[in-house]
Amino acid sequence: MMGFIWFWLVAVMIVGYVVLDGFDLGVGVLHLFLVRTEAERRASLRSIGPVWDGNEVWLLAGGGTLYFAFPLLYASAFSGFYLPLMIVLWLLVLRGVSLELRNHIDVGVWLALLDGVFGLSSALLTIFFGAALANVLRGVPLQADGYFFLPLWTNWRPGVSPGILDWYTVIGGLVALVALTLHGALWLAIKVSGDLAKRACSLINPLLALVSLLTIVSLIATIAVRPASLDNYYHYPFTFIVPVGVLACLAGIWFFNRNHQPVKAFLSSSVYLFFMLAGACWGVYPTLLPATTGADRDITLGRALSGPHTLSVGLAWWIFGMTLAIGYFVFVYSHFKGKVDANSAGH
Amino acid sequence: MTAELIHRLHFAFTITFHYLFPQLTMGLALLIVVLKSVALKTGSEEWDRAARFWGRIFGINFVFGVVTGIPMEFQFGTNWARFSRLSGGVIGQPLAMEGVFSFFLESAFLGLFLYGEKRLSKFMHWLSAVMVLAGSWISGFFIIVTDAWMQHPVAYERTASGQFEVLSFWQLLLNPWGLLQYAHNMTGAVVTGSFVMAAVGAFYLLDGPMQGYGRIFLKVGVVSGVISCILIIFPTGDLHGKYVARHQPAAMAAMEGLFKTESGAGIILMGQPNEETGQIDNPIVVNNVLSFLIYGTTKAEVTGLDHFPRDQWPTALPLLYYAYHIMAGLGTYFVLLMIAAAFLLWRRKLYTARWMLWLLLISFPLPYIANTAGWMTAEIGRQPWLIYGLMRTSEGFSNTVSAGNGLFTLIGFMGLYALLGLLFTVLVYREISRGPHPIADPKAVVVAD
Repeated sequence: MMGFIWFWLVAVMIVGYVVLDGFDLGVGVLHLFLVRTEAERRASLRSIGPVWDGNEVWLLAGGGTLYFAFPLLYASAFSGFYLPLMIVLWLLVLRGVSLELRNHIDVGVWLALLDGVFGLSSALLTIFFGAALANVLRGVPLQADGYFFLPLWTNWRPGVSPGILDWYTVIGGLVALVALTLHGALWLAIKVSGDLAKRACSLINPLLALVSLLTIVSLIATIAVRPASLDNYYHYPFTFIVPVGVLACLAGIWFFNRNHQPVKAFLSSSVYLFFMLAGACWGVYPTLLPATTGADRDITLGRALSGPHTLSVGLAWWIFGMTLAIGYFVFVYSHFKGKVDANSAGH
Repeated sequence: MTAELIHRLHFAFTITFHYLFPQLTMGLALLIVVLKSVALKTGSEEWDRAARFWGRIFGINFVFGVVTGIPMEFQFGTNWARFSRLSGGVIGQPLAMEGVFSFFLESAFLGLFLYGEKRLSKFMHWLSAVMVLAGSWISGFFIIVTDAWMQHPVAYERTASGQFEVLSFWQLLLNPWGLLQYAHNMTGAVVTGSFVMAAVGAFYLLDGPMQGYGRIFLKVGVVSGVISCILIIFPTGDLHGKYVARHQPAAMAAMEGLFKTESGAGIILMGQPNEETGQIDNPIVVNNVLSFLIYGTTKAEVTGLDHFPRDQWPTALPLLYYAYHIMAGLGTYFVLLMIAAAFLLWRRKLYTARWMLWLLLISFPLPYIANTAGWMTAEIGRQPWLIYGLMRTSEGFSNTVSAGNGLFTLIGFMGLYALLGLLFTVLVYREISRGPHPIADPKAVVVAD
């Protein structure tokens, strides 16, 4: 029971991270090509300025929760994905610093450099996160002692000894890139005004078409790479509501965008991300990290779970702490709600 | 180079660089609340501007702390997997609590503090400064709890598979080692904050145009400086040292350079420990003082390194000895300097005492060195243990991550952090040379939309 609860609590934190940091990563990707003037750049950055740092905390809090609830998984996955994780850390450093520097520098050349670093690191991060999830779904070459080490690439094919990148995980990366860019465009549609908002809106339908296509491709690819992903669904047929929900959310984005209801379109996109991730989690449950080297080496919920006292104490403070955290988020987002003021720079 | 050494250097380098930022974050958060409180109470626009100025520096510093802090949490898993697998049930707990209880609070209210002043009432803006203070100090608490458990493991049991599990949540959080270390460490952060604020104040007074702000910064910096510099020695440093002597006697012996067990042990002020001969070269010793400091009597016996088998000596013994002596030596200098500065402030001579302004200006890097040396003392003193007495450092690193891969990312971090250091210096230099300029239309700041 504790295993079931903690599996989904960690999943909720990952979803929280993707939905929240997802839009500011998407705004970062759009920063590469959508915004044109300095005023637009400022408005676009201002729309995420007060919140991106808090959004990123979901990653940290999620990582910490994973650490104490499933120490074996944390130890195995973090050391096994050593190289891509380090690259992700470097990208997070570059992204955070370039964003902050932009508030303090007003020389054109440096601004252009910072914009480039910010946009590229955002784009690469979305690709890495998508590929990371795909790695977990595909499985890794776990040894008998529960550890593994993945090179960045081998022969680009999923198999017994794959690399971080193969054709399947690259698809995962692309899904994340396009889906989060769309998520960012929907955010901009709410937060900015004028020309930039118009351009963001006109980008939504093409992105949406691409997301829909990639979503279907990734679903088929996942079933091809790991047929067992469907077992839980066949066992509990009502859970086919998840893929139906995915499609409904895509339709919702289109519908609300057409009716000029940007907040609802953005929420549809958030629920889309939720269904995609929840669907993936449900596809592997109760495995946490499948082994390509034989199912008996899978890291399962039962194997990785912490002791009962740790988990029940953890549950008490987790519920209390996350209630507080959600309270702050509601307060901050409602405080900064509405269009950003293009004239006011950072702090 | 062995994988073990690389993984140790990896953590040591990234944590040392990281902690340059949070110590100022935590110290400055307190001083910003002081500035905001005076502004709130007196309605002074000057103190509000002073707070806004330090808010900008705080913002830069905070972001550098955040981006260098994220790698720390990841490295428990990436570089220390075998340690994490066994201890995650215990120390994963405070680390996760840091994220949930502190980072959410801190980031939410910092966003409000930096971006929301126009929309917030004066009281709410003050409150967001207080919340940022709370967030950063709670964060420090959970990190200290984590470290304290590795230094002095309490409230745990081991399962059949060797994993550590928490027996009592409250005993874990209220580990006496942790409480002492927390008091000492947070005082250290206030020392850094005070020295930085006083140094900028001194700079403005020596330089000319921003005299008014210079006086505010000096006053706040010196008053909080003299308080924190006294507290860091007595009682926090004193109590913490006694606790180390009781529970990690080998570490204490190495810190003091005491190779042989002695009653009426003297304190070594200077000299170089010679591991080969087991003595201190060129020593300057004050007799009986060490026994007195630890046990309160000049005759007490202090355990020396000869009491411990060689494989339980701290592995980097001379470095530990120097780190401790640098920390203690600088701490002594700080208290003398700040008492003198506070005396001048009280006699209303500080603002014109150029020699003292110069001293305060050039002393600002020293608390960073002292805080770093203090942490090195704690962590090198813990060696060769990862969890004191229970798990050796050689048993904890990720053995699936080869030395080559570890060195690759270590070099990557060194390059990236060199760049960060440069950027930080440039940014803060710019903010300080600009100063807390008066805003063209002061009303724009306070009017709500």
